[in-house]
Order: sequence, then C-alpha cells, then structure tokens
Amino acid sequence: MAKKFELNEVEVWDGNYAASQALRQAQVDVVAAYPITPSTPIVENYGAYQANGFVDGEFVMVESEHGAMSGCVGAAAAGGRVATATSSQGFALMTEVLYQASGMRMPIVLTVVNRALASPLNVRGDHSDMYLGRDSGWIQLDAFNSQEAYDLTLCAFKIAEHLDVRLPTMVHQDGFTTSHKAQNVRPLQDEVAYKFVGDYKPVDDMLDFTRPVTHGAQTEEDWHFEHKAKQHKALMDSPKVIDEVFKEFKELTGREYKRVESYMMDDAEVAMVILGSSVETAVLAAKELREKEGIKVGIIAPRNFRPFPFDLIRDELDRENLKAVVCMDKSAPGGAMGALFNEVAGALTSTKARPMVTNYIYGLGGRDFSIEEAQRIMKEQKAHADAGHITTQIQQFSGVRGPKLGFYETRRGK
Amino acid sequence: MAITNIKNLKEFSTANERFEGAHLLCPGCAHSMIVRELMNATDDNLVIASNTGCLEVSTAVYPYTSWDTSWIHIGFENAATAATGAEAMFKARKRKGTLPNPDAPVKFVAFGGDGSTFDIGFQWLSGAMERGHDFTYICLDNENYANTGGQRSSATPVGAHTSTAQAGSVSYGKKQKKKDIVAIMAAHGAPYVAQLAPNKWKSMAKGFQKALETEGPCFINTVSACTTEWKFDPKDTIHITDLATDSLMFPIYEIINGTELNILYRPKNIIPVEEYLAAQGRYKHLFKPQYRHVIDEIQKDIDAKWEYLQRREEAKV
Repeated sequence: MAKKFELNEVEVWDGNYAASQALRQAQVDVVAAYPITPSTPIVENYGAYQANGFVDGEFVMVESEHGAMSGCVGAAAAGGRVATATSSQGFALMTEVLYQASGMRMPIVLTVVNRALASPLNVRGDHSDMYLGRDSGWIQLDAFNSQEAYDLTLCAFKIAEHLDVRLPTMVHQDGFTTSHKAQNVRPLQDEVAYKFVGDYKPVDDMLDFTRPVTHGAQTEEDWHFEHKAKQHKALMDSPKVIDEVFKEFKELTGREYKRVESYMMDDAEVAMVILGSSVETAVLAAKELREKEGIKVGIIAPRNFRPFPFDLIRDELDRENLKAVVCMDKSAPGGAMGALFNEVAGALTSTKARPMVTNYIYGLGGRDFSIEEAQRIMKEQKAHADAGHITTQIQQFSGVRGPKLGFYETRRGK
Repeated sequence: MAITNIKNLKEFSTANERFEGAHLLCPGCAHSMIVRELMNATDDNLVIASNTGCLEVSTAVYPYTSWDTSWIHIGFENAATAATGAEAMFKARKRKGTLPNPDAPVKFVAFGGDGSTFDIGFQWLSGAMERGHDFTYICLDNENYANTGGQRSSATPVGAHTSTAQAGSVSYGKKQKKKDIVAIMAAHGAPYVAQLAPNKWKSMAKGFQKALETEGPCFINTVSACTTEWKFDPKDTIHITDLATDSLMFPIYEIINGTELNILYRPKNIIPVEEYLAAQGRYKHLFKPQYRHVIDEIQKDIDAKWEYLQRREEAKV
C-alpha cells in the first residue's frame, strides 16, 4: 500500500509537478516512460514518489519514447491503469504507437508538455507536437495553467477509462510557460482524488486466463474501415462523458471546465480563438482593451482539441454582433493555413452570421506573445469589422523578424 | 496437459494445442513447429507478444485467431516491450491484489522474426533485456524479411540471394556477414541465451523449458527454414534443418549468465556446407565457377566459429 502524501490546501506547484501529483494520486499501475525536456520533471517526480513509497505501481524506464508508448500498450492490455509523459521529439517518436494505442482502444493517459519540433532543434514551447497528435485518435485536453494541468489529468483517467469511451487521452500543457511556472494550485487530498478517479475497470484483460484474448489483430479492406469508423464514432460520442466528468469535477471542487471556454463573448464584436497558456494573455489583453478603448473583444479557447468541438465553436461564433474572428496557431503550418484556423473556418461555414475569419501564426519555438501584441491583433480585427472586409492578408505572422509575411487576399465585402 | 518430458514424436504429436492448426503460414514453414513446441513446453498460462511478421500476419487475421492464449501485437519492432509492459502490469497487480487469477502461474513470451529482432526491433529488444524483466524472447530466424517477399536482413548470410541483395552477373548475393545475435544477447548478461533448431526437438523443448523457468530476460534464436524464400520443397523443411545443424551452419548451443557456453549438439558426421547450400535455390548461383570461392569462404567461417565455440566451452569463460 502506497504511503499517503500530505498536501496543503494550497500548494505552489509548476505544471510538471501538478501533473505528476495527479498521476500519483490516480494510483497508476504502470508508468513506462522516457525523459525529455520540458516534461522530464514529471518522470523525475514520479521516480521520487516511487523511491519513497508513495506509489506502489511499476515504474519502467524504457530506452525511448517509442518504447514508452509500446510498454504502455502492453501494460494496458494486461488490465490496469497506465500513464506516461512526453514532449516534442519524444512525442514524434511515439507517434506510430499513438495510432496503435487508439486503434487498440487502450485508455492510456499521456501528459504532453508542448514543445516545438526540430529542425532547428528547440526546447521551448509551441504547439507542434500537440498538432502532430490531432489525427491520432486520442482525446486531447488542453490545460492553460498548473491548476488545470492537475485537474484535467485527474479527469483524463475518468474519461479515458469510461466504458463508453475507452480511448487514450492526452492532457496538454505549454512547455516552460506552464510546465516550469510555479503557481498556486489547490490539490485534492489523496483519498478524495482517488475516489473521484475510481478503480480501473479491466476490459479484455490479458491476465484473465479464463478468457484468452487476441489484441492487435490484422484487418485489410474487408474490416479495417469498420474498425476505424467505430473508433471515430467513439471519439465523436465522447463529449457526453467528458461533460459528465467535468460536471462531477465541478460538484467536487467548484472548478468548472467546458469543452470550449469562452470569455466576454456575449456582446463581442471581434473574437480571438486561441489555445494553451496564451489564453490567459489573450483574456487580460481583451479586458484591458475593453476598458481603455471600448473595443468589444471576446476570447474562445477550445479545451478539447480532439474531438474538436465543431458544434460548440459554431454556436459560439454564430452571433449577429460578431464581425471578425482571428485564429491563433502556435505551430508551423507547413504550407497551409493554421490547423486551428481550418477547424474554426470549417465550423463557420455552417453559421448564419458568417463572421470574417483570419489566421495568425505566432509564438513558434517559444517566441514571447505579449499583451501588447495580442491587443495589436485585436485592434486589427476591429479594423476589419469597421471596413466590412478583411483589410490584411488572411494569414499573417506575429512577432517574426524579417520582411512582413502574409498570404491570401479576401474576396468578400470588397 | 503440455508435454514437459517428450519421449517420442508420436507423443509429441498428441500434445495439447494452444496454437491452433488453422493459420495462414506457408505449408512447410518451420515457424509453427517452433511456436507449437514452445507452447507445449509449459503448463503455465502464457502471455505472448508478436512483432509484425510472418507469424503475426498468419495467425491473427480478424475475425480469426490461432492463439488459444493471451496474445498481443502492436507493431514491427516492439513485441519485447509489449511483453515486458504486460509483465510489469502483472507485478503491479500482484502487489495490489487486483489479478483476476492471483495464483495462476504465468510466463511472458515475445516472438519476432529476424527482421524485427536483428534489425528494426533491436533497440526495443536490447532495452527489454537490460531492464531485466522476467520474459523469454524467441527469434524465428529465417534469415530474411519473408513476410514482405524476401528482402535481406542483417541475419541474411553471406552469399544468399534476396530481393534486395540479389545475385546477378556481377553479384553473388549478400556481401555482409550475419550479425551474431546470440553473442550480442549473451553480452547483455542475460541468464539464459541459446540457439536451437526444430529438427533437434528434444534439445529445443529442453531449452525452451530452461528459458521459461529461468527468472529474468532470456533469449533464444531458433532456426526457421523458409520454404518460400530459401527455395526448397515444403516437405523438406526438417531435412534442410538437418543439413543446417549437421554442417554447423547453425550450431546448437546455450550461454548461461553471459559466460558458460555449452554445445548442445555435436554432429556425428559433420557435412560440408556445400551440401546445405546445394539443397536451396537461394544459393544456386554460388555453384557457378566465378562464385565458388564464396562457398569456400562460408566453410572457413563455419570452421572458425565451431573452433571458437568448442574452445569457449572448454575454457568455461
């Protein structure tokens, strides 16, 4: 039996510590992991808990991130709770197994500390790794600060392991800006946290020898499509459970989470759609702009990157007063519009109001995103709204040196 | 009941099956003989992981399975990690008291072909051996990527024709020597490492039992004659394997704790390797005058290896 870890009502934790405490409290049976900056402390903290008797599960330090996720899949098929942590190149290396884990319906929890992808090599935070995972069949939750990294990791187990879901789940937090920033966090006591997460419910357990089971069978054109369709349906149906878990969490803690967080949207004339730790910057920027210049800015922050909350985004943006929306992508788009822009633009096509939508690429490789820059972009949206058409190119870059970069002109309203 | 002390082949043929006969392996493939013998070497429950390869694609095509036991496949390279992840889960659940059959004995086994063992899964295998999990890894060594049509692997021997190391007017097939996987695994300090062959079924059963009963990571390389890519008649699988072991192309031996080497089979009459090579289509070009020197080189390597194994056995180091 693992020792109880005494916690104060308010602790000062960074995002990594918060995530590792949540893993400890969930009494994970197997953590198979490989360290990588900036998520390394999650694995190190967990190692310290194990060395001091605070966890009684197995802690398997493997030889690579591909091995980490492979070990997680093997362990999950053997009927217990499984989790790991990674970032960036490690995430890229385990990508093959991410698809296998979701296709095999293993409810693994992966805490991802978002970091840029090389080349050039960069250890700072952007969303390249999070975006790389977007078609992998995992549920993706996005934490904006340390408290949320803790809360959402606890919720992730309950969502992933729910018998109506049985899908692996990632909890994302931003490298350094969240993972290494100490903040006040209100943790649950061990027994309360574990009671919330609940006991693991094995399905197709390889260690139940009364019922032999084959995991990871092959299917070709005769069955593959049905399997993938069913997996997609499970993802598309998962919001029901996600909402239930968030509701239960609110009843327990008073802290409310929604699949799409929105701020000041009721009377908003312009809106910024943004992810991760930048959400808090954007909210501060918007509040100040409302106070000082009377520009009605609202913020929309998808908490759930996958399944993408298409319907909630559509409803949030379908407002007569809303004229211009900017989507902020913190990942190199690789010859396309940013992924968040594409998702949001897709949802906008089925709105009545059809506000204008533009795209910014920002913050790559940990480039700072300031309140001033957020406000400049918000004011630019106001200019679009006043002109009745997009006055800049549709895709622009924020905070990059060199000649101004921009792509595509609008045909609407000119 | 499994057969833990096989006295004769008739008895062996009536042993309890946990590997079903209905599978898609080629007629004459040695994989099924080896797998069946492993599964009959113990009465314990088995948790088996397979790398992608001939065995995997032939035994678990949805909605069918040949495995009347717990079985998992993830990818080409990671069966060792899948098996050891499951083994870690077993330990955790045993400690926490959440096992459904807490007193049931269980063994963890991973299978890989030579492609996944010598090449693409080498890192995963090495990691699992180093971590010291209680499991047995069995390589079904048919010396090529047979599942995808016979490309060279680092287990392909010198002189063999494969689709990516072809014999032709200016090439005698593969130029590079086969990787010595047994030595590499022994160098991990594994408690039990062996090379075994299905024609020597008694020593194979014994070796499997030893590996399964030994605590810690064990590795066995098994010779699996490949009718399709070695190009011989499916009825000759065991005959070809006899030629392999009797020419000492595949010496049968074990290494205990990385040091104690025991030769498990000494042919009464060692045959020239030429006889082994001549029985297979993949070596037929070596009998052209311009490539005959390759046969001599192969024979020299075999003689040197046999000398080395005998000296190590004597020296007990």
